Amino acid sequence: MSWAFLRDLLSGVNKYSTGIGRIWVAVVFMFRLLVYVAAAENIWKHEHDEFECNIKQPGCENVCFDHFFPVSHIRLWALQLIMVSTPSLLVVFHVAYRETREKHNQKLYKNPGKIDGGLLCTYLISLILKTGLEIVFLVLFYKLYDGFKIPHLVKCDIKPCPSTVDCYISKPTEKRIFLYFLVATSCLCIVLNLGELSYLIFKYSIKCHLKRHVKKQQ
Amino acid sequence: MDWGALHTILGGVNKHSTSIGKIWLTVLFIFRIMILVVAAEKVWGDEQDDFVCNTLQPGCRNVCYDHFFPISHIRLWALQLIFVSTPALLVAMHVAYRRHEKKRQFRKGDQKCEFKDMEEIRKQRFRIEGSLWWTYTSSIFFRLIFEAVFMYAFYFMYDGFRMPRLMKCNAWPCPNTVDCFVSRPTEKTVFTIFMIAVSSICILLNVAELCYLLTKFFLRRSKRAGNSKQQPNHENKEETKQNEMNELISDSCQNTVIGFSS
Repeated sequence: MSWAFLRDLLSGVNKYSTGIGRIWVAVVFMFRLLVYVAAAENIWKHEHDEFECNIKQPGCENVCFDHFFPVSHIRLWALQLIMVSTPSLLVVFHVAYRETREKHNQKLYKNPGKIDGGLLCTYLISLILKTGLEIVFLVLFYKLYDGFKIPHLVKCDIKPCPSTVDCYISKPTEKRIFLYFLVATSCLCIVLNLGELSYLIFKYSIKCHLKRHVKKQQ
Repeated sequence: MDWGALHTILGGVNKHSTSIGKIWLTVLFIFRIMILVVAAEKVWGDEQDDFVCNTLQPGCRNVCYDHFFPISHIRLWALQLIFVSTPALLVAMHVAYRRHEKKRQFRKGDQKCEFKDMEEIRKQRFRIEGSLWWTYTSSIFFRLIFEAVFMYAFYFMYDGFRMPRLMKCNAWPCPNTVDCFVSRPTEKTVFTIFMIAVSSICILLNVAELCYLLTKFFLRRSKRAGNSKQQPNHENKEETKQNEMNELISDSCQNTVIGFSS
Protein backbone atom coordinates (compact mmCIF):
# COMPACT_ATOMS: atom_id res chain seq x y z
CA MET A 1 0.00 0.00 0.00
CA SER A 2 1.56 3.23 -1.08
CA TRP A 3 0.90 6.40 -2.97
CA ALA A 4 0.51 4.31 -6.13
CA PHE A 5 -2.96 3.42 -4.86
CA LEU A 6 -3.93 7.09 -4.76
CA ARG A 7 -2.45 7.57 -8.21
CA ASP A 8 -4.56 4.71 -9.62
CA LEU A 9 -7.65 6.07 -7.88
CA LEU A 10 -7.16 9.51 -9.41
CA SER A 11 -6.54 8.01 -12.87
CA GLY A 12 -9.89 6.26 -12.56
CA VAL A 13 -11.59 9.53 -11.61
CA ASN A 14 -10.04 11.32 -14.56
CA LYS A 15 -12.31 9.43 -16.96
CA TYR A 16 -15.49 11.01 -15.56
CA SER A 17 -14.18 14.52 -15.00
CA THR A 18 -14.68 17.73 -16.90
CA GLY A 19 -11.71 19.53 -18.50
CA ILE A 20 -11.08 21.57 -15.36
CA GLY A 21 -11.31 18.37 -13.30
CA ARG A 22 -8.53 16.85 -15.39
CA ILE A 23 -6.36 19.91 -14.83
CA TRP A 24 -7.03 19.48 -11.10
CA VAL A 25 -5.89 15.84 -11.27
CA ALA A 26 -2.73 16.90 -13.14
CA VAL A 27 -1.97 19.59 -10.54
CA VAL A 28 -2.48 17.12 -7.68
CA PHE A 29 -0.20 14.53 -9.33
CA MET A 30 2.61 16.75 -10.49
CA PHE A 31 2.76 19.59 -8.01
CA ARG A 32 1.54 17.93 -4.84
CA LEU A 33 2.00 14.17 -4.84
CA LEU A 34 5.24 14.05 -6.83
CA VAL A 35 6.77 17.00 -4.93
CA TYR A 36 5.80 15.34 -1.65
CA VAL A 37 7.35 11.98 -2.54
CA ALA A 38 10.40 13.22 -4.44
CA ALA A 39 11.40 16.18 -2.31
CA ALA A 40 9.42 17.15 0.75
CA GLU A 41 9.43 13.79 2.54
CA ASN A 42 13.22 13.80 2.81
CA ILE A 43 13.38 17.27 4.34
CA TRP A 44 11.29 16.22 7.33
CA LYS A 45 12.83 12.73 7.55
CA HIS A 46 15.14 13.34 10.51
CA GLU A 47 13.37 16.33 12.02
CA HIS A 48 13.32 14.85 15.53
CA ASP A 49 16.97 13.75 15.49
CA GLU A 50 18.09 17.12 14.20
CA PHE A 51 16.00 19.10 16.68
CA GLU A 52 18.58 20.31 19.19
CA CYS A 53 18.13 22.09 22.53
CA ASN A 54 20.85 23.97 24.38
CA ILE A 55 20.65 21.71 27.42
CA LYS A 56 21.82 18.29 28.55
CA GLN A 57 18.74 17.55 30.68
CA PRO A 58 17.31 14.19 29.46
CA GLY A 59 13.76 14.42 28.21
CA CYS A 60 13.82 18.16 27.65
CA GLU A 61 14.33 17.85 23.87
CA ASN A 62 11.53 15.28 23.53
CA VAL A 63 9.09 17.35 25.49
CA CYS A 64 9.89 20.55 23.63
CA PHE A 65 9.67 18.88 20.23
CA ASP A 66 6.31 17.41 21.12
CA HIS A 67 5.06 20.79 22.32
CA PHE A 68 6.07 22.70 19.22
CA PHE A 69 5.17 19.99 16.66
CA PRO A 70 1.99 18.22 17.85
CA VAL A 71 1.48 16.87 14.33
CA SER A 72 4.40 17.15 11.96
CA HIS A 73 3.94 19.27 8.81
CA ILE A 74 4.70 16.33 6.59
CA ARG A 75 2.03 14.15 8.20
CA LEU A 76 -0.55 16.91 7.88
CA TRP A 77 0.46 17.27 4.23
CA ALA A 78 -0.02 13.53 3.63
CA LEU A 79 -3.42 13.56 5.38
CA GLN A 80 -4.45 16.55 3.31
CA LEU A 81 -3.54 14.78 0.06
CA ILE A 82 -5.49 11.67 1.03
CA MET A 83 -8.58 13.53 2.29
CA VAL A 84 -8.71 15.84 -0.70
CA SER A 85 -8.54 12.99 -3.22
CA THR A 86 -11.19 10.85 -1.50
CA PRO A 87 -14.42 12.74 -2.41
CA SER A 88 -13.75 11.81 -6.04
CA LEU A 89 -14.57 8.24 -5.01
CA LEU A 90 -18.22 9.28 -4.67
CA VAL A 91 -18.34 9.89 -8.42
CA VAL A 92 -16.67 6.56 -9.18
CA PHE A 93 -19.15 4.73 -6.94
CA HIS A 94 -22.13 6.45 -8.52
CA VAL A 95 -20.98 5.53 -12.03
CA ALA A 96 -20.41 1.93 -10.90
CA TYR A 97 -23.93 1.93 -9.40
CA ARG A 98 -25.38 3.16 -12.70
CA GLU A 99 -23.53 0.49 -14.63
CA THR A 100 -24.75 -2.22 -12.21
CA ARG A 101 -28.35 -1.05 -12.66
CA GLU A 102 -27.96 -1.25 -16.43
CA LYS A 103 -26.69 -4.80 -16.18
CA HIS A 104 -29.80 -5.99 -14.31
CA ASN A 105 -32.36 -4.00 -16.32
CA GLN A 106 -32.28 -2.83 -19.91
CA LYS A 107 -30.30 0.18 -21.11
CA LEU A 108 -31.29 3.04 -18.78
CA TYR A 109 -28.64 5.62 -19.59
CA LYS A 110 -27.30 6.82 -22.91
CA ASN A 111 -23.87 6.99 -21.28
CA PRO A 112 -23.49 6.02 -17.61
CA GLY A 113 -20.35 8.18 -17.31
CA LYS A 114 -22.01 11.39 -18.55
CA ILE A 115 -22.41 14.07 -15.89
CA ASP A 116 -26.16 14.66 -15.71
CA GLY A 117 -29.06 14.11 -13.34
CA GLY A 118 -28.03 12.35 -10.13
CA LEU A 119 -24.38 12.09 -11.18
CA LEU A 120 -24.25 15.86 -11.52
CA CYS A 121 -25.40 16.23 -7.89
CA THR A 122 -22.80 13.70 -6.76
CA TYR A 123 -20.11 15.51 -8.74
CA LEU A 124 -21.07 18.88 -7.27
CA ILE A 125 -21.09 17.42 -3.74
CA SER A 126 -17.63 15.94 -4.30
CA LEU A 127 -16.37 19.35 -5.48
CA ILE A 128 -17.82 21.08 -2.41
CA LEU A 129 -16.28 18.44 -0.12
CA LYS A 130 -12.88 18.75 -1.80
CA THR A 131 -12.89 22.53 -1.44
CA GLY A 132 -14.09 22.32 2.15
CA LEU A 133 -11.38 19.86 3.12
CA GLU A 134 -8.66 21.98 1.48
CA ILE A 135 -9.81 25.02 3.44
CA VAL A 136 -10.01 23.01 6.69
CA PHE A 137 -6.44 21.81 6.32
CA LEU A 138 -5.13 25.25 5.44
CA VAL A 139 -6.82 26.69 8.52
CA LEU A 140 -5.39 23.83 10.60
CA PHE A 141 -1.88 24.56 9.35
CA TYR A 142 -2.37 28.25 10.07
CA LYS A 143 -3.68 27.70 13.59
CA LEU A 144 -1.18 25.00 14.59
CA TYR A 145 1.92 26.72 13.28
CA ASP A 146 1.07 30.36 13.81
CA GLY A 147 0.66 31.39 10.20
CA PHE A 148 2.88 29.06 8.11
CA LYS A 149 5.97 30.18 9.98
CA ILE A 150 8.91 27.97 10.83
CA PRO A 151 11.34 29.83 13.08
CA HIS A 152 14.93 28.65 13.38
CA LEU A 153 14.81 29.02 17.17
CA VAL A 154 12.06 28.32 19.70
CA LYS A 155 12.19 28.99 23.43
CA CYS A 156 10.94 26.19 25.62
CA ASP A 157 10.36 26.06 29.39
CA ILE A 158 8.28 22.90 29.88
CA LYS A 159 9.24 20.42 32.60
CA PRO A 160 11.74 18.70 32.81
CA CYS A 161 13.62 21.61 31.18
CA PRO A 162 15.05 23.43 34.20
CA SER A 163 14.62 26.93 32.68
CA THR A 164 13.85 28.58 29.37
CA VAL A 165 16.07 26.80 26.87
CA ASP A 166 16.83 27.61 23.26
CA CYS A 167 15.83 24.87 20.85
CA TYR A 168 16.95 24.89 17.25
CA ILE A 169 14.90 23.51 14.40
CA SER A 170 16.72 21.90 11.46
CA LYS A 171 16.42 23.29 7.90
CA PRO A 172 13.81 25.96 8.74
CA THR A 173 14.28 27.89 5.48
CA GLU A 174 13.88 24.83 3.28
CA LYS A 175 10.82 23.74 5.26
CA ARG A 176 9.31 27.21 4.95
CA ILE A 177 9.82 27.23 1.16
CA PHE A 178 8.06 23.90 0.79
CA LEU A 179 5.28 24.97 3.15
CA TYR A 180 4.63 28.03 0.98
CA PHE A 181 4.64 25.74 -2.04
CA LEU A 182 2.04 23.53 -0.33
CA VAL A 183 -0.15 26.54 0.46
CA ALA A 184 0.16 27.90 -3.09
CA THR A 185 -0.83 24.57 -4.68
CA SER A 186 -3.68 24.19 -2.19
CA CYS A 187 -5.01 27.62 -3.14
CA LEU A 188 -4.64 26.77 -6.83
CA CYS A 189 -6.68 23.61 -6.30
CA ILE A 190 -9.35 25.57 -4.41
CA VAL A 191 -9.58 28.03 -7.32
CA LEU A 192 -9.84 25.16 -9.83
CA ASN A 193 -12.58 23.49 -7.77
CA LEU A 194 -14.58 26.71 -7.47
CA GLY A 195 -14.11 27.35 -11.19
CA GLU A 196 -15.38 23.88 -12.03
CA LEU A 197 -18.34 24.31 -9.64
CA SER A 198 -19.37 27.61 -11.26
CA TYR A 199 -18.88 26.20 -14.76
CA LEU A 200 -21.10 23.16 -14.08
CA ILE A 201 -23.82 25.18 -12.34
CA PHE A 202 -23.82 27.74 -15.16
CA LYS A 203 -23.82 25.09 -17.91
CA TYR A 204 -26.68 23.08 -16.47
CA SER A 205 -28.81 26.04 -15.51
CA ILE A 206 -28.56 27.28 -19.13
CA LYS A 207 -29.49 23.78 -20.33
CA CYS A 208 -32.51 23.67 -17.98
CA HIS A 209 -33.59 27.13 -19.03
CA LEU A 210 -33.38 26.22 -22.72
CA LYS A 211 -35.36 23.01 -22.18
CA ARG A 212 -38.10 24.91 -20.39
CA HIS A 213 -38.15 27.52 -23.15
CA VAL A 214 -38.51 24.81 -25.82
CA LYS A 215 -41.32 23.12 -23.84
CA LYS A 216 -43.20 26.40 -23.48
CA GLN A 217 -43.01 27.02 -27.20
CA GLN A 218 -44.42 23.55 -27.86
CA MET B 1 4.04 7.09 -6.73
CA ASP B 2 7.46 8.06 -7.92
CA TRP B 3 9.36 9.08 -10.98
CA GLY B 4 8.09 5.94 -12.74
CA ALA B 5 4.60 7.44 -12.84
CA LEU B 6 6.06 10.52 -14.54
CA HIS B 7 7.70 8.22 -17.07
CA THR B 8 4.31 6.65 -17.86
CA ILE B 9 2.68 10.05 -18.33
CA LEU B 10 5.44 11.48 -20.49
CA GLY B 11 5.89 8.28 -22.47
CA GLY B 12 2.43 8.87 -23.90
CA VAL B 13 3.47 12.32 -25.12
CA ASN B 14 6.52 10.80 -26.80
CA LYS B 15 4.43 9.39 -29.64
CA HIS B 16 3.38 12.87 -30.74
CA SER B 17 6.77 14.55 -30.35
CA THR B 18 9.32 15.45 -32.97
CA SER B 19 12.58 13.48 -33.15
CA ILE B 20 14.39 16.14 -31.13
CA GLY B 21 11.62 15.96 -28.56
CA LYS B 22 12.16 12.23 -28.24
CA ILE B 23 15.89 12.74 -27.72
CA TRP B 24 15.12 15.37 -25.08
CA LEU B 25 12.86 12.93 -23.25
CA THR B 26 15.54 10.23 -23.31
CA VAL B 27 18.16 12.64 -21.94
CA LEU B 28 15.70 13.75 -19.25
CA PHE B 29 14.98 10.25 -18.04
CA ILE B 30 18.38 8.63 -18.33
CA PHE B 31 20.79 11.44 -17.54
CA ARG B 32 18.75 13.47 -15.10
CA ILE B 33 16.01 11.57 -13.32
CA MET B 34 17.86 8.27 -13.16
CA ILE B 35 21.13 9.90 -12.03
CA LEU B 36 19.19 11.88 -9.43
CA VAL B 37 17.48 8.83 -7.98
CA VAL B 38 20.30 6.31 -8.26
CA ALA B 39 23.33 8.42 -7.38
CA ALA B 40 22.78 12.03 -6.38
CA GLU B 41 20.26 11.27 -3.62
CA LYS B 42 22.81 9.05 -1.91
CA VAL B 43 25.57 11.65 -2.14
CA TRP B 44 23.36 14.26 -0.47
CA GLY B 45 21.74 11.71 1.85
CA ASP B 46 23.88 12.48 4.89
CA GLU B 47 24.33 16.17 4.20
CA GLN B 48 23.14 17.50 7.51
CA ASP B 49 24.35 14.64 9.67
CA ASP B 50 27.88 14.99 8.36
CA PHE B 51 27.92 18.78 8.30
CA VAL B 52 30.32 19.41 11.18
CA CYS B 53 31.17 22.70 12.88
CA ASN B 54 34.19 23.31 15.05
CA THR B 55 32.17 24.10 18.16
CA LEU B 56 30.24 22.25 20.84
CA GLN B 57 27.63 25.02 21.10
CA PRO B 58 24.23 23.37 20.60
CA GLY B 59 22.25 24.87 17.77
CA CYS B 60 25.23 26.43 16.01
CA ARG B 61 25.43 23.60 13.45
CA ASN B 62 21.71 23.77 12.67
CA VAL B 63 21.78 27.50 12.17
CA CYS B 64 24.91 27.47 10.02
CA TYR B 65 23.59 24.64 7.84
CA ASP B 66 20.35 26.52 7.33
CA HIS B 67 22.24 29.69 6.49
CA PHE B 68 24.47 28.09 3.84
CA PHE B 69 21.86 25.73 2.35
CA PRO B 70 18.49 27.51 2.28
CA ILE B 71 17.28 24.83 -0.11
CA SER B 72 19.30 21.71 -0.77
CA HIS B 73 20.70 21.00 -4.27
CA ILE B 74 18.84 17.75 -4.44
CA ARG B 75 15.47 19.37 -3.74
CA LEU B 76 16.14 22.12 -6.27
CA TRP B 77 16.87 19.49 -8.92
CA ALA B 78 13.74 17.53 -8.05
CA LEU B 79 11.64 20.71 -8.38
CA GLN B 80 13.42 21.62 -11.62
CA LEU B 81 12.66 18.22 -13.12
CA ILE B 82 9.02 18.40 -12.09
CA PHE B 83 8.53 21.91 -13.49
CA VAL B 84 10.37 21.11 -16.70
CA SER B 85 8.26 17.98 -17.29
CA THR B 86 4.94 19.73 -16.66
CA PRO B 87 4.57 21.60 -20.01
CA ALA B 88 4.51 18.23 -21.79
CA LEU B 89 1.21 17.63 -20.00
CA LEU B 90 -0.29 20.48 -22.03
CA VAL B 91 0.46 18.52 -25.18
CA ALA B 92 -0.93 15.32 -23.62
CA MET B 93 -4.18 17.14 -22.71
CA HIS B 94 -4.53 18.63 -26.19
CA VAL B 95 -4.01 15.24 -27.82
CA ALA B 96 -6.55 13.68 -25.44
CA TYR B 97 -9.03 16.43 -26.33
CA ARG B 98 -8.56 15.83 -30.08
CA ARG B 99 -8.96 12.11 -29.58
CA HIS B 100 -12.16 12.74 -27.60
CA GLU B 101 -13.53 14.87 -30.47
CA LYS B 102 -12.69 12.17 -33.02
CA LYS B 103 -14.42 9.55 -30.86
CA ARG B 104 -17.50 11.77 -30.66
CA GLN B 105 -17.53 12.17 -34.44
CA PHE B 106 -17.15 8.43 -34.86
CA ARG B 107 -20.02 7.72 -32.45
CA LYS B 108 -22.29 10.16 -34.30
CA GLY B 109 -21.54 8.21 -37.47
CA ASP B 110 -20.07 11.19 -39.26
CA GLN B 111 -19.30 10.46 -42.93
CA LYS B 112 -16.14 12.59 -42.77
CA CYS B 113 -14.58 10.36 -40.11
CA GLU B 114 -12.01 8.20 -41.79
CA PHE B 115 -11.48 5.62 -39.01
CA LYS B 116 -12.90 2.12 -39.04
CA ASP B 117 -13.08 1.60 -35.27
CA MET B 118 -12.22 3.01 -31.84
CA GLU B 119 -8.91 1.13 -31.70
CA GLU B 120 -7.64 3.07 -34.68
CA ILE B 121 -8.60 6.37 -33.06
CA ARG B 122 -6.84 5.33 -29.85
CA LYS B 123 -3.65 4.37 -31.70
CA GLN B 124 -3.62 7.34 -34.06
CA ARG B 125 -0.62 9.63 -34.04
CA PHE B 126 -1.50 13.27 -34.53
CA ARG B 127 0.67 15.50 -36.68
CA ILE B 128 2.03 18.64 -35.10
CA GLU B 129 0.04 21.22 -37.02
CA GLY B 130 -2.73 23.69 -36.44
CA SER B 131 -3.60 24.32 -32.80
CA LEU B 132 -1.47 21.37 -31.67
CA TRP B 133 1.57 23.18 -33.15
CA TRP B 134 0.84 26.20 -30.96
CA THR B 135 0.42 24.04 -27.85
CA TYR B 136 3.59 22.11 -28.58
CA THR B 137 5.62 25.26 -29.27
CA SER B 138 4.37 26.96 -26.09
CA SER B 139 5.27 23.87 -24.08
CA ILE B 140 8.84 24.01 -25.42
CA PHE B 141 8.98 27.73 -24.66
CA PHE B 142 7.85 27.18 -21.06
CA ARG B 143 10.35 24.35 -20.67
CA LEU B 144 13.14 26.69 -21.73
CA ILE B 145 12.00 29.37 -19.31
CA PHE B 146 11.83 26.93 -16.37
CA GLU B 147 15.27 25.48 -17.13
CA ALA B 148 16.82 28.93 -17.36
CA VAL B 149 15.13 30.15 -14.16
CA PHE B 150 16.31 27.16 -12.14
CA MET B 151 19.87 27.39 -13.50
CA TYR B 152 19.97 31.04 -12.54
CA ALA B 153 18.46 30.33 -9.09
CA PHE B 154 21.16 27.71 -8.54
CA TYR B 155 23.94 30.06 -9.56
CA PHE B 156 22.53 32.89 -7.47
CA MET B 157 21.95 30.83 -4.32
CA TYR B 158 25.24 28.96 -4.28
CA ASP B 159 27.44 31.65 -5.77
CA GLY B 160 28.65 29.48 -8.63
CA PHE B 161 28.58 25.73 -9.00
CA ARG B 162 31.43 24.74 -6.69
CA MET B 163 30.89 23.19 -3.27
CA PRO B 164 33.53 24.55 -0.86
CA ARG B 165 35.07 22.27 1.79
CA LEU B 166 35.00 24.86 4.51
CA MET B 167 32.53 27.59 5.36
CA LYS B 168 32.98 30.24 8.01
CA CYS B 169 29.88 30.92 10.07
CA ASN B 170 29.13 33.49 12.77
CA ALA B 171 25.33 33.32 13.01
CA TRP B 172 23.92 33.35 16.53
CA PRO B 173 24.20 31.19 18.73
CA CYS B 174 27.69 30.41 17.41
CA PRO B 175 29.94 32.16 19.95
CA ASN B 176 32.32 33.53 17.27
CA THR B 177 33.30 32.76 13.68
CA VAL B 178 33.40 28.97 13.51
CA ASP B 179 34.70 26.69 10.78
CA CYS B 180 32.05 24.39 9.35
CA PHE B 181 32.95 21.48 7.10
CA VAL B 182 30.70 20.17 4.33
CA SER B 183 30.53 16.42 3.74
CA ARG B 184 31.81 15.06 0.36
CA PRO B 185 32.41 18.45 -1.29
CA THR B 186 34.29 17.09 -4.32
CA GLU B 187 31.69 14.43 -5.11
CA LYS B 188 28.95 17.05 -4.76
CA THR B 189 30.84 19.43 -7.07
CA VAL B 190 31.21 16.67 -9.68
CA PHE B 191 27.50 15.87 -9.62
CA THR B 192 26.54 19.55 -9.64
CA ILE B 193 28.64 20.17 -12.73
CA PHE B 194 27.21 17.03 -14.36
CA MET B 195 23.61 18.11 -13.72
CA ILE B 196 24.32 21.64 -14.96
CA ALA B 197 25.94 20.25 -18.12
CA VAL B 198 22.96 18.00 -18.84
CA SER B 199 20.60 20.93 -18.14
CA SER B 200 22.51 22.97 -20.74
CA ILE B 201 22.26 20.12 -23.25
CA CYS B 202 18.50 20.01 -22.64
CA ILE B 203 18.29 23.78 -23.19
CA LEU B 204 20.16 23.39 -26.49
CA LEU B 205 17.85 20.57 -27.56
CA ASN B 206 14.81 22.69 -26.74
CA VAL B 207 16.20 25.65 -28.70
CA ALA B 208 16.96 23.36 -31.67
CA GLU B 209 13.43 21.91 -31.53
CA LEU B 210 11.92 25.39 -31.38
CA CYS B 211 13.95 26.50 -34.43
CA TYR B 212 12.99 23.31 -36.27
CA LEU B 213 9.28 23.85 -35.59
CA LEU B 214 9.42 27.52 -36.61
CA THR B 215 11.31 26.69 -39.81
CA LYS B 216 8.81 23.96 -40.67
CA PHE B 217 5.92 26.36 -40.00
CA PHE B 218 7.27 29.09 -42.28
CA LEU B 219 8.20 26.63 -45.02
CA ARG B 220 4.72 25.11 -44.93
CA ARG B 221 3.15 28.56 -45.05
CA SER B 222 5.19 29.70 -48.04
CA LYS B 223 4.48 26.39 -49.79
CA ARG B 224 0.76 26.82 -49.21
CA ALA B 225 0.88 30.43 -50.45
CA GLY B 226 2.80 29.25 -53.55
CA ASN B 227 0.42 26.35 -54.22
CA SER B 228 -2.78 28.37 -53.81
CA LYS B 229 -1.63 30.53 -56.71
CA GLN B 230 -1.16 27.46 -58.94
CA GLN B 231 -3.07 24.15 -59.22
CA PRO B 232 -5.16 22.83 -56.38
CA ASN B 233 -5.45 20.03 -54.18
CA HIS B 234 -5.24 16.53 -55.56
CA GLU B 235 -1.49 16.72 -56.23
CA ASN B 236 -0.94 18.02 -52.67
CA LYS B 237 -3.02 15.25 -51.15
CA GLU B 238 -0.79 12.59 -52.68
CA GLU B 239 2.32 14.49 -51.65
CA THR B 240 1.13 14.94 -48.07
CA LYS B 241 0.18 11.25 -47.85
CA GLN B 242 3.66 10.26 -49.04
CA ASN B 243 5.21 12.71 -46.53
CA GLU B 244 3.09 11.27 -43.75
CA MET B 245 4.16 7.76 -44.60
CA ASN B 246 7.82 8.77 -44.72
CA GLU B 247 7.52 10.48 -41.34
CA LEU B 248 5.78 7.52 -39.79
CA ILE B 249 8.44 5.15 -41.12
CA SER B 250 11.33 7.30 -39.85
CA ASP B 251 9.67 7.82 -36.47
CA SER B 252 8.89 4.16 -35.96
CA CYS B 253 12.55 3.40 -36.72
CA GLN B 254 13.62 5.93 -34.10
CA ASN B 255 11.15 4.50 -31.64
CA THR B 256 12.79 1.08 -31.97
CA VAL B 257 16.21 2.64 -31.43
CA ILE B 258 15.30 4.76 -28.41
CA GLY B 259 13.11 2.07 -26.98
CA PHE B 260 10.07 4.12 -26.14
CA SER B 261 6.80 2.44 -26.86
CA SER B 262 3.54 3.96 -25.88
